[in-house]
Amino acid sequence: MSKRIADWTKGEGAITYQACTSCGHVQYFHRAFCAACGASDPPEARASGKGRVYATSLVCRAATPETRAHVPYNILLVDCAEGFRMMAHGDNGLAIGDSVVASFKPFAGTLVPYFAKEK
Amino acid sequence: MSFITGVGLTPFGKHEGSSSLDLMSKAAQAALDDAGLKRAEIDGVLCGYSTVSPHIMLATVFAEHFGIRPSYAHAVQVGGATGLAMTMLAHHLVEAGVAKHVLVVAGENRLTGQSRDASIQALAQVGHPDYEVPLGPTIPAYYGLVANRYMHEYGVTEEDLAEFAVLMRSHACTHPGAQFHDPIEVADVMASKPVAMPLKLLDCCPVSDGGAAFVISRARTGETGVRIRGCAQAHTHQHVTAAPALSELGAEISIARAKEATGLAISDVRYAAIYDSFTITLAMLLEDLGLAGRGEAAARVRAGHFGRDGAMPLNTHGGLLSYGHCGVGGAMAHLVEAHLQMTGRAANRQVHDASIALLHGDGGVLSSHVSMFLERVR
Repeated sequence: MSKRIADWTKGEGAITYQACTSCGHVQYFHRAFCAACGASDPPEARASGKGRVYATSLVCRAATPETRAHVPYNILLVDCAEGFRMMAHGDNGLAIGDSVVASFKPFAGTLVPYFAKEK
Repeated sequence: MSFITGVGLTPFGKHEGSSSLDLMSKAAQAALDDAGLKRAEIDGVLCGYSTVSPHIMLATVFAEHFGIRPSYAHAVQVGGATGLAMTMLAHHLVEAGVAKHVLVVAGENRLTGQSRDASIQALAQVGHPDYEVPLGPTIPAYYGLVANRYMHEYGVTEEDLAEFAVLMRSHACTHPGAQFHDPIEVADVMASKPVAMPLKLLDCCPVSDGGAAFVISRARTGETGVRIRGCAQAHTHQHVTAAPALSELGAEISIARAKEATGLAISDVRYAAIYDSFTITLAMLLEDLGLAGRGEAAARVRAGHFGRDGAMPLNTHGGLLSYGHCGVGGAMAHLVEAHLQMTGRAANRQVHDASIALLHGDGGVLSSHVSMFLERVR
């Protein structure tokens, strides 16, 4: 198993993905195997944080006191430069196709990826 | 061969003081009465889940409560597609000779049994626990993302989506069991509170209490038979982050398989019962299934195509959007209504000819799909 690198799902300011050395498949949800070919331990890599907006939805009705404090917040699907899609937060005005770059912001007790337009 | 020999449906809305088991029992008794069967004749039970009263063995909990000792029983969980997935399984069980009469049942006091926040939170858990849920999305947000992309790719507008809410409400107004009876217009949908843009309150189905049940049998028990002609499923992903392109979603795959299994075409269909958790769900599914061209479903609504007197009557009970949504039982109401239409018992809602019906259910975020053709036989 390759050494674990920092990732936002562990509270660290980074986005990581896995790229299979056997078949080249890129996956965002980390697993101990490649979901395309089954090869073990696809190595992790740190993403550039650059991508394009695939879809947005501005959440105006949240279901917990912690998330309600942030309303409205924009949920995005971003197609990242490395070839995987991820869910994240982002600026309210973002539109499909916008080139974006990631930073990290506190949200409901954790740290989440936050995309803004690339300058 | 399998037949839907009985159906039962409670009104949806508030059933203060009723438990999930109460609502399941009420619907089950109605389905048995409709089929003309006694409890002892039921030898198979398939049931959905209850988010209010989760249990690892709900089917046997129900069977004991209802007073039956089936030879085959378990619960099924496929989100919104559960009702049709259970029906598909019952069809195969009956055809294989495993059971003679399978009771398919679901009910939940989702509205009065827990807070709306609790319902929204419970449902949001269909998202990925590490990569999605920490971001605070809700089910409307998952579908809001899909809606945003669909509107972008196919030129659909928020006003277009609103048409589906208006249509479902107009149908609900003619059904005494529906949760909502106040007519609405496109402007009302547009002015309703934002939930997860582009979806507003009236683009979303409500949370309801209710129950639904059917009996699937090897032979018909009444004069008019409603036969399950054939069905198919497709499962492409669970999480919206992992969903394929809009042109490769499961509805297109499952309907292609169902058409192949039955030899039927969309042009044979006379009545449509389609999952409508949100206006976007209904718009997309109608177009994925071939009941409308890409981006053209709203225009067909405006032209009256999907109305009671239109060429393709759709969800004449009001659908999830306006009859209501009590979880698994929610989409089962679509089948109950189709059955009433096919057997000429839909009263003031009766359509001209419901000889062949197409049913479609969707679970998760367009993740799991079941397509089914029903045929009336005399």
